[in-house]
Amino acid sequence: MRHLMSPLDFNTEELEQLFQLANRIEANPEAYSHACDGKKLATCFYEPSTRTRLSFEAAMLNLGGSVLGFADQANSSAAKGESVADTIRVISCYADICAMRHPKEGAPMVASMNSQIPVINAGDGGHQHPTQTLTDLLTIRSLKGTLGGLVIGLCGDLKFGRTVHSLINALVRYPDISFILISPEELRLPDYIREDVLKANHVPYKEVVRLEDVMSELDLLYMTRVQKERFFNEEDYVRMKDFYILDKKKMTLAGPDMLVLHPLPRVNEIAVEVDSDPRAVYFKQAQYGVYARMALILTLLNISVD
Amino acid sequence: MLNVGKLNEGFVLDHIPAGESMSIYHDLKLDKLDCCVAIIKNARSDKMGKKDIIKVEAPMNMVDLDILGFINHNITVNIIQNGEIVEKKELSLPKQIVNVIKCRNPRCITSIEQGLTQVFLLTDKDKEIYRCKYCEEKYNRIRRRPK
Repeated sequence: MRHLMSPLDFNTEELEQLFQLANRIEANPEAYSHACDGKKLATCFYEPSTRTRLSFEAAMLNLGGSVLGFADQANSSAAKGESVADTIRVISCYADICAMRHPKEGAPMVASMNSQIPVINAGDGGHQHPTQTLTDLLTIRSLKGTLGGLVIGLCGDLKFGRTVHSLINALVRYPDISFILISPEELRLPDYIREDVLKANHVPYKEVVRLEDVMSELDLLYMTRVQKERFFNEEDYVRMKDFYILDKKKMTLAGPDMLVLHPLPRVNEIAVEVDSDPRAVYFKQAQYGVYARMALILTLLNISVD
Repeated sequence: MLNVGKLNEGFVLDHIPAGESMSIYHDLKLDKLDCCVAIIKNARSDKMGKKDIIKVEAPMNMVDLDILGFINHNITVNIIQNGEIVEKKELSLPKQIVNVIKCRNPRCITSIEQGLTQVFLLTDKDKEIYRCKYCEEKYNRIRRRPK
């Protein structure tokens, strides 16, 4: 039985198979609409996340399966003090697969160690969010045709943004990748990712403060929001959240094939006027998120559709 | 120079950096052993200038060498039988250590679920980096060393 805790749990060949499956689903969703008939997905969300939870639920419903679960800690047995290990033992009796989000880092791993069913980490604090990374990789691969040979700009909150950390970890495994890290000094990429991932894998990167300066160099711009919940005080949040706003004017500096991705939800870091630009693919990305999760559910449940 | 009696059966932990013997005594739970233990502090050493030595009159399997390897793999372990050194154990960094150190990350699941086993994995042998199995927080080994 396999779980998904980190994007690195799948090697690049396994990811390629997953992405090919996702593309087959995209091309012919009808063929997969009964693939999970009779199967149940438990969504155990110990902290609110409408988007990720609904994406998982849509994925299972698209496959003909059904869903059950809870959407925040207050409505779960955790409010009564039940451990993650006990919860998953019980959920294992009710469902065939589980997607778990938890504010504490490593909670889904504890679940996987005690589970009778596959567990998917749907985000654990600031640690990992592997299905977002699968979504990002699938979007890039589908729209760029490759995951190698790209100059990737990562912009915004690079310090606390776990989607950025996971994406870097996953992308360094592909050839000729380079990164441009665009952030305010206060929200720079943590040392351990710079040292242990970028430098250790000899991946070229540079760190800049101004987005305008590097727009023309990018094949891909991955925007992130400054997450309010990662800050301890309101003042810091208000001071930093407007630092990096992508608008039409900045988009004129970019090449015609550059793509803009964003894990969503956006606050104001991408002006609404950019949405109509064909290079803005963040809503397509949300659609790819459903395909990626459909492919993941089928893979972890060992279901194949001929 | 102070003389400590010869050990006939047991083991000697040599080349302990001066001042670290007491913390090793506790880390290895030598205080729990019902046997003779000698701690020699600030012994003269050609190699180190000053060093600590611990002599224990008990079989080697009474202590966890992984813990010692984690604390300092440069410490020498000599097994003594009939008053002679019969074996020198090579210490290495253990691949994982269980319930020796605690994760200090307040966002780690181990911070709220106290019953969980504290597991740290060796993720970089050259840099001697251990990370929490659950949250991947790096353990700062410097903190362990006495001032």
